[in-house]
Amino acid sequence: MNLTLKIWRQKNANDKGKLVEYPISDISPDMSFLEMLDVLNEGLINKGDEPVEFDHDCREGICGMCSLYINGEAHGPDRGVTTCQLHMRMFKDGDTIVIEPFRATAFPVIKDLVVDRSAFDRIQHAGGFISVNTSGNTIDANAIPVNKHDADTAFDSATCIGCGACVASCKNSSAMLFVGAKVSQFALLPQGKIEATDRVLNMVKQMDEEGFGNCTNTGACEVECPKGISLENIARMNREYLKASLKG
Amino acid sequence: MALDSKIPKGPLKDKWTNHKNSINLVNPANKRLIDVIVVGTGLAGGSAAATLAELGYNVKAFCFQDSARRAHSIAAQGGINAAKNYQGDGDSTYRLFYDTVKGGDYRSREANVYRLAEVSANIIDQCVAQGVPFAREYGGLLDNRSFGGVLVSRTFYAAGQTGQQLLLGAYSALNRQIGRGKVKMYSRHEMLDVVVVDGKARGIIARNLVTGEIERHSAHAVVLGTGGYGNVFFLSTNAMGSNVTAAWKAHKRGAYFANPCYTQIHPTCIPVSGDHQSKLTLMSESLRNDGRIWVPKHKKDVEAIRAGKLKPTQLEEADRDYYLERRYPAFGNLVPRDVASRAAKERCDAGYGVNATGEAVYLDFASAFMRYGKEQAHVKGLDENDEALVKKLGQEVVKNKYGNLFQMYEKIVDQNPYESPMMIYPAVHYTMGGIWVDYNLQTTVPGLYAIGEANFSDHGANRLGASALMQGLADGYFVLPYTIGDYLADDIRTGPIPTNSAAFDEAEKSVRDNIEHLIINNGTHSVDHFHKRLGKIMWNKCGMARNAEDLKSAIVEIAELRKEFWKDVRVPGTNEEFNEELAKALRVADFLELGELFAKDALLREESAGGHFREEYQTEEGEAQRRKEFQYVSAWEYKGEPKDALLHKEDLVFENIEVKERSYK
Ligand SMILES: Cc1cc2nc3c(=O)[nH]c(=O)nc-3n(C[C@H](O)[C@H](O)[C@H](O)COP(=O)(O)OP(=O)(O)OC[C@H]3O[C@@H](n4cnc5c(N)ncnc54)[C@H](O)[C@@H]3O)c2cc1C
Ligand code: SF4
Ligand code: FES
Repeated sequence: MNLTLKIWRQKNANDKGKLVEYPISDISPDMSFLEMLDVLNEGLINKGDEPVEFDHDCREGICGMCSLYINGEAHGPDRGVTTCQLHMRMFKDGDTIVIEPFRATAFPVIKDLVVDRSAFDRIQHAGGFISVNTSGNTIDANAIPVNKHDADTAFDSATCIGCGACVASCKNSSAMLFVGAKVSQFALLPQGKIEATDRVLNMVKQMDEEGFGNCTNTGACEVECPKGISLENIARMNREYLKASLKG
Repeated sequence: MALDSKIPKGPLKDKWTNHKNSINLVNPANKRLIDVIVVGTGLAGGSAAATLAELGYNVKAFCFQDSARRAHSIAAQGGINAAKNYQGDGDSTYRLFYDTVKGGDYRSREANVYRLAEVSANIIDQCVAQGVPFAREYGGLLDNRSFGGVLVSRTFYAAGQTGQQLLLGAYSALNRQIGRGKVKMYSRHEMLDVVVVDGKARGIIARNLVTGEIERHSAHAVVLGTGGYGNVFFLSTNAMGSNVTAAWKAHKRGAYFANPCYTQIHPTCIPVSGDHQSKLTLMSESLRNDGRIWVPKHKKDVEAIRAGKLKPTQLEEADRDYYLERRYPAFGNLVPRDVASRAAKERCDAGYGVNATGEAVYLDFASAFMRYGKEQAHVKGLDENDEALVKKLGQEVVKNKYGNLFQMYEKIVDQNPYESPMMIYPAVHYTMGGIWVDYNLQTTVPGLYAIGEANFSDHGANRLGASALMQGLADGYFVLPYTIGDYLADDIRTGPIPTNSAAFDEAEKSVRDNIEHLIINNGTHSVDHFHKRLGKIMWNKCGMARNAEDLKSAIVEIAELRKEFWKDVRVPGTNEEFNEELAKALRVADFLELGELFAKDALLREESAGGHFREEYQTEEGEAQRRKEFQYVSAWEYKGEPKDALLHKEDLVFENIEVKERSYK
């Protein structure tokens, strides 16, 4: 396949940045999107140009590191996949592809397509855990039975990879889907109930401080989420928050 | 220096308890006076950093990803072993110990493995308390499955994403400590050297990957939880950033490197599709619980399949060769990874590979669909003879168990695995070699520790499935936090370690010199160009099958390639900015040294054990031939060029297990 790429180039956080056009040829439909960028970068380096920086690591759809905005969609046109699992067979010979970084105030650009998502970590520091000593002197695991349906639902929430596509695709740059998933995982498990009040209050407070926008129920996040995290999680978080606020 | 493994005396089952009772403790008030650096935030490093902080030490944790949560451990799919015997199928600490030592071809240390089995049950309790959502039975209790190489169901799992859930558990414990201010987290930081002051590890040199700044960090002890080096092969199932730099730099500063040639090749990966390939994708081996592996019996069918004239589903049962079931009736499709990998390669080398490149075998779920479907039809009172219905019901069961893997396969290969059997081929997956450590997980450099995949200690020549996660968490939560106290007890009066010493100056200078060289070099080829060439040498000559002649030439070729790299690599951009090519170049430079030591180690090991098969040493049936005189750990001391490394041997003594020829027939 022969393609035209329009890629956001930005030297650093202070640079203004612009879209730069690159033609690319001989792309196989079996390549992943990131392998296509590898080919582009190899060509740029060989010509003496600077390669395009982008974040990636596992290339298996699980680490949440890759984060491209492709033709106006987080992780590109396929559904339920991350950018590293997006394959070039989704595109046609002659296509023009626009590649940009995830955009949100809380995710400043570091360089080219790389953004800083550490705001997500800080929300977790504020309460994304169960306060249990790591000494191993806990009770036997089977002494905490969990209803299979609850365990499965908690697992579904826990599969969020922290990629930030929900934020990038939300017109308000809201982080509600991500935070909702975190809050839900613990809210659904007996172990997590004890600290539920503080957890949701602290995490929501941190989320607001990080500069994420509000949720206006547009649902774009759910559509773009590569892990199928559902809006249910936001509803559950809102219920938890309401409960906590009434208590607090 | 003589190797002292510091294995405690006394009966195997009491060693760990007695040891814990006799090692020095640090008073909680004094722990506040002690700093520990933990490099790596995977299962090993993440759990260690959280636990050390919990105990009261001041911890600085480092990882090169943008968040601790993204360490490579996140990718582990299948599960984690623990001798809980919840299924009542006869499991016990001893059996887990036995399976692990046997699975490792009697090339691991008895005392370490026993301790691992002993603390395994505790890991599950800990993780559940932290909210790890393991799979559950309808009654609310934990569910288990079985993995290759064992006959009991002791593997705990969270769908096909166990590593993710365990890592998020460790990450949440870490977050709690970061929130409390006990851990200072340095993400997007790469450790580039260890600093040794007066013979003790006292700090590291790290590069801030965003600004390029070179930083000095001091501590009373340094812990490396930096993962494995499978990427020396370029193509592997490891994440792209996984590297050997931390371990290699530690080696150059005096830590012995053990068994570098022990590589695990995983049997169930998605086959290579072309030259553009950047990494290989693993399909969890739990699939072997339900999938049957086969190739056609007749060459004519192989050709017809390759030519697209015949579909695998059209081939009669009698025309298929279920070679694992044929060769190993007792374990069948559940033989250990090395056996399954080698058997697949043997069939493909003999010309029975089923994809275009001839490097793939089938993993077929058709019988599982029918088996589960019948059960479901029976339970639901439906017609068990309605084939279409049974198949559909069965597919739903399989989808529940492995749905995400099937989906992943379809995305990558563009074929529906519910309709046509999957194609798989072995790939480099895990490295059993690593930094040599004693029973306390301390390296040959005092104050420098290595945990998880970065050390060598528990898996021998082959790692059984679901045991790496177990080892990472055992080391991090339950072993290191005890043993490191013994060392740190002497440091309560030391005070903060200054970073303005000659040792820090020297380490920083060597890091800067390397970087400068790479930046101004302006050669003609990219870093990947060299990495790929190294990978080819490694796979062809140091891969699944090895022989003396190839290994000798590999040593020479790698040394030449390394020279060429330093003369001719091109690294664009500067040091003072985000520069992924520079980060990669520094990692590949270290792979180019490790690769040579790897080949040297393999050459010396004149036997076949685990994943490494020396062609000269095989039985008449083509099975691995182990030799008793190689029942040792090779620990290499750095002496300049890797080919000049000096060998030290740690003899492996088996007092509690009879060393037998490993057989899965
Ligand atoms: C696809 C896949 C599936 C697997 N499935 C299973 C399974 O089902 N069961 C099982 O038991 N095992 C499995 N494994 C193996 C297991 O996942 C790993 O062995 C284990 O997770 C390693 O953990 P670790 O903590 O030692 O290292 P890692 O998780 O690799 O962590 C390494 C850490 O070190 C950091 N680091 C490395 N070098 C530096 C440096 N120079 N400076 C700063 N930081 C550095 C990284 O940032 C990272 O945080 C699987 C592996 C793969 C690849
Ligand atoms: S909720 Fe979905 S889109 Fe948002 S961070 Fe998690 S996985 Fe990514
Ligand atoms: S690179 Fe890990 S999810 Fe894409």
